[in-house]
Amino acid sequence: MLSVSNLHATVDGKPILKGLTLDVPAGEVHAIMGPNGAGKSTLSYVLTGRQGYDVTEGGATLDGEDLLALEANERAAKGVFLSFQYPLEIPGVPALTFIRTALNAQKKSRGEPEITAPAFLKLAREKAAALKIDFEMLKRALNVGFSGGEKKRMEIFQMAMLSPRFLILDETDSGLDIDALRIVSEGVNAMRSPDRAMLVITHYQRLLDYIKPDRVHVLAGGRIVASGGPELALELERDGYDRYAKAA
Amino acid sequence: MSVAAAIRTRDVGELPSRRDEDWRWTDLRGLIRVLPDASEAFTGTLSPGPFDRLAADHHVLVNGGDARIDVAAGKKTLVALRLVSRGVGAHASRVTINLGAGARLRLLESYESDGASVCQTALTITLAEGAALERIVLAQDHEDAVSVSQAEVRLSPTADFGQTIVASGARRQRLETRVVHPGGRASARMDGVYLVADKRHTDHTTVVTHEGVDGTTSQLIKGVARDQARAVFQGKIIVSEGADRTDARMGHHALILSDRAEVDAKPELEIYADDVSCAHGNTVGAMDEDALFYARQRGIPEPEARAMLTEAFIGQVIDRIWFEDARKVVRKWAAERLRV
Ligand SMILES: Nc1ncnc2c1ncn2[C@@H]1O[C@H](COP(=O)(O)OP(=O)(O)OP(=O)(O)O)[C@@H](O)[C@H]1O
Ligand SMILES: [Mg+2]
Repeated sequence: MLSVSNLHATVDGKPILKGLTLDVPAGEVHAIMGPNGAGKSTLSYVLTGRQGYDVTEGGATLDGEDLLALEANERAAKGVFLSFQYPLEIPGVPALTFIRTALNAQKKSRGEPEITAPAFLKLAREKAAALKIDFEMLKRALNVGFSGGEKKRMEIFQMAMLSPRFLILDETDSGLDIDALRIVSEGVNAMRSPDRAMLVITHYQRLLDYIKPDRVHVLAGGRIVASGGPELALELERDGYDRYAKAA
Repeated sequence: MSVAAAIRTRDVGELPSRRDEDWRWTDLRGLIRVLPDASEAFTGTLSPGPFDRLAADHHVLVNGGDARIDVAAGKKTLVALRLVSRGVGAHASRVTINLGAGARLRLLESYESDGASVCQTALTITLAEGAALERIVLAQDHEDAVSVSQAEVRLSPTADFGQTIVASGARRQRLETRVVHPGGRASARMDGVYLVADKRHTDHTTVVTHEGVDGTTSQLIKGVARDQARAVFQGKIIVSEGADRTDARMGHHALILSDRAEVDAKPELEIYADDVSCAHGNTVGAMDEDALFYARQRGIPEPEARAMLTEAFIGQVIDRIWFEDARKVVRKWAAERLRV
């Protein structure tokens, strides 16, 4: 599914990713952990095509297709979704309007017919109920005045509505209370399927108790410096990143 | 010195210039070397106006003339006032509007031109006690036109005045409103939207003078300037001595979508009274690139995402229009200009 090889990238001219290699096969969930400033969010922005994040070497493909050659919105239409570490506020655009515009734009790009208004509302009610989101909140301007946890929950709601194939969750657990963490994790787990894959960026083992990863990677100094099974997360929780800081 | 006098006498020396403090960004004297001849009377048929379908009562002035709208005490009405320039001449119009006590008027005012005309409209608007006027102005001038509209509004206690001026610029376009506010629980809404592109110019100038206690003024102006366009906002609220407990809020926010576009803003609050609640905000900036990326990450192509964000930005002014049908016309008008 996702294949990243020897990726080098700069942010506003400063080298951040320095030869990152990573493979996430379809059906798997991979976790990425690593110290602050290691380049985890940078990786998520490079994969989704944010301006100012320039690839200087290496590449990334999704199902063999060169991801980096596509526009940000084209990547989304191919099924790449990023749950932002810091979701943006969209003043004046109700959440539902925003999501319907996005969904229809993706469908158009894939040559599929638009979703009808009743079908969209039905889907929205269903997904909102599953994530315990008050439907009235979806009529408010997206993320404007939402609490930190509400914004994160709204990211997962958007993910459920857009039904992407490759999911990147950047610290979706930060800001969530204990109940919300469970609800959101259930929402994410509901999306696990043999033809989807996920990259879960987190600092805490707790999230991985809910969303069980197939593989855990340590990202430090702009590279993957260690990979292992779920037990690696437990080890990091216990020992920290000291030994990897040297490897980086 | 006035535009009306210049048109009447054909003396360019009468035109306001850079040296007049509140015309320094809309220097007509420096622009116009020779005033065109007086516009000829128009005999053809007019294409439909923007508010035709909403109003039963129409006042149409083509190439100048006078109009009078009276709403008797306690009456309620909806009027379309259409000011049209045809050809390349110069002309002036005069409009007098009177609302009796408790009268209510929805005024749908529009400006149109089709060439390098020079025109001026003077409106004198008076509201008696308890009267309510909502004035929606749609100024869609020709790129070569010089178009000036100047309204003098006099409010009485407990009157409600609301206006939303929507403009797309001209060679020079000036929309000026001066309100004499008696306080006395009267209220004024002084909103505006401008969307300027190419080499167009628009100028929103408003002055509200609070002369008595307990008055309210609320102003929200938002605009978008692209290409080499230029927008001017000059908003002044004067709270005179003794106009205590005035509540005045002013906001002007502009998006500049190109390096060569320009927005000049001069928001002013002059306060000579006590216990006044005043606030003003003024921002001029570029599109929020982070929000744009967020929308694109969700699958919305860039031009559509830009249009969506600018429409939402402007929409916050349009939402303040009381009359729902007019709100729809304005929203559609804005959407057509933003989805390019
Ligand atoms: N615009 C920028 N200019 C220069 N450096 C930047 C810029 N944006 C990010 N960086 C730097 O890039 C590095 C990687 O940042 P990134 O956000 O990817 O870290 P992270 O691993 O996600 O950290 P965290 O765990 O704190 O979220 C940091 O040192 C950061 O300061
Ligand atoms: Mg991060």
